[in-house]
Amino acid sequence: MDMKTPEKKLGIKERYRYLTRDLAWEPSYRSHDEIYPYLAYEGIKIHDWDKWEDPFRLTMDAYWKYQGEKERKFYAIIDAHAQNNGHLNITDGRYLSALKIFLQAISPGEYAAHKGFSRAGREFAGAGTQVACQMQALDEIRHAQTQIHALSNYNKYYNGFHAFSDHRDRIWYTSVARSFFDDAMAAGPFEFMIAIGFSFEYVLTNLLFVPFMSGAAYNGDMATVTFGFSAQSDEARHMTLGLECIKFMLEQDPDNLPIVQKWIDKWFWRGFRVLGLVSTMMDYMLPKRVMSWREAWEIYGVENGGALFKDLAFYGIRPPKGWEDAGKAIDHMSHQFMLGFYQWRFGTAFHSWIPSDDDMNWLSQKYPTTFDKYYRPRWDYIRKAEAEGKPFKNFGLAKLCQCCQLPCVFTEPDDPSQLCHRQTTYKGEIYHFCSDGCQDVFENEPEKYVQAWLPMPQLFQDPVNGDLAAWMDWAFLTDGKDNGEYPGSGDQLNFDRWRGLATSNT
Amino acid sequence: MSSVFIALQANEETRPIIEAIEADNPQARVSREPAMVKIDAPGRLVIRKQTIEENLGRDFDLQELHVNLITLSGHVDEDDDMLTLHWDR
Repeated sequence: MDMKTPEKKLGIKERYRYLTRDLAWEPSYRSHDEIYPYLAYEGIKIHDWDKWEDPFRLTMDAYWKYQGEKERKFYAIIDAHAQNNGHLNITDGRYLSALKIFLQAISPGEYAAHKGFSRAGREFAGAGTQVACQMQALDEIRHAQTQIHALSNYNKYYNGFHAFSDHRDRIWYTSVARSFFDDAMAAGPFEFMIAIGFSFEYVLTNLLFVPFMSGAAYNGDMATVTFGFSAQSDEARHMTLGLECIKFMLEQDPDNLPIVQKWIDKWFWRGFRVLGLVSTMMDYMLPKRVMSWREAWEIYGVENGGALFKDLAFYGIRPPKGWEDAGKAIDHMSHQFMLGFYQWRFGTAFHSWIPSDDDMNWLSQKYPTTFDKYYRPRWDYIRKAEAEGKPFKNFGLAKLCQCCQLPCVFTEPDDPSQLCHRQTTYKGEIYHFCSDGCQDVFENEPEKYVQAWLPMPQLFQDPVNGDLAAWMDWAFLTDGKDNGEYPGSGDQLNFDRWRGLATSNT
Repeated sequence: MSSVFIALQANEETRPIIEAIEADNPQARVSREPAMVKIDAPGRLVIRKQTIEENLGRDFDLQELHVNLITLSGHVDEDDDMLTLHWDR
């Protein structure tokens, strides 16, 4: 009689080989170039796709299992949040501004990344690469969905959450993130991997999802912590994929080095400009703060980014061109952004405010070389004007950078008393930039950026035609409700009243 | 030598994992932050299946780490028994 012996369980490496590499085949009746038409035009040379190693060796079956577990945990907490007055358990209603910016600027980016990885998974040739891109495409749509779902609970109670996708497409401060993703999606597959895998995942998400989410926990926002950490658990895999892709390109052919370097320069700077939003959320919009933007940058920018570039030096990669300018901007950017938000507060789908004495003391402690010297006097001036009944508002339209699309509110790297402005002429037209980094990006690919849609010129086009009220209708922004100052806003009145109801019986 | 790190959600599932990482990496520095635990180590950090299983009292598949993982840095080497983060080659 035959004895059935249980088959030995496959090891992680064999499982990966059977369930990933073995799924691929050599085409017989169409050529490789016909099937993968976008692999060559960026100039990247790949000789052996099998050299691609997925370090996590995650197979699809294991992927579904662990992602399913993450979703169950996520929805258990979202239910608890909705059932337990989660919208009242945050430290203060001002915190909601950070969530609104997140939903308007970042969550649609997750969806864009989903579309991009679906495409990259099709366009890359290696089976390992295809499977990794497929997983990331699924991750990214999960992130978009869980973020929208988690924040929809706040939309039942507060203003400014109702039209995030239109705000993403039509309002000025979100277009820094929108143009980042549009630029990435309009790039070839290899550049897309640097844009998302390196810049968005390695540079951005650690700063966004780790200290900011830890800050969300500190501010009693269970829903956001949960989607944040749940998303970031996938990012660890994405960062590893991004890093692997860079190493793979560099190992495949020495001719790839200058191309990869140029992309690293470009995408570091583009990512850094998006981080301006994050810096402001961290320094100004968390009522209880875990760490300053500067402290977070030290850990995840200087230390972790520095370690990465030290490692990539092995291949001849140097730190990104804008690295030094970025270092000089760290102590200024959140203040410059918040002053911009405050003075153009009629045009934001979130609330801003003048920082309190406590907040300003915290800022001067965290930014000893810059806050008291450059920014406290401006807030003091704004506060005085407000007390005199002449609140400071700027109804002028900002000059936008043709590359990052932000208003040119940044200062010269070596002189914080001078606004930084660069311009270039291309085919008879003048284009403006906020920095050398953005000008460089434009000058490398002018034909791409002259086509950019910019929010300010839109104001003078149909259907807005220069009318502010028409612009607000078009941008799904209700004046006096979604925009303006936090003190006296519907959000403040409701938060205070409902919190009172939740903690007393009258 | 640059540091590597791993950050895990602070919860009941990760407590025994973090204890195992501490035991296997005496040079590691553990920072407990709101809702998360970040473990930094100079150059190299190892996460061993066996130590986690001893702490946990049950079988543990190293890929279960994905559920509570927040972020990491360094090159990743993974096999059935051990996950290593390192910067050296």
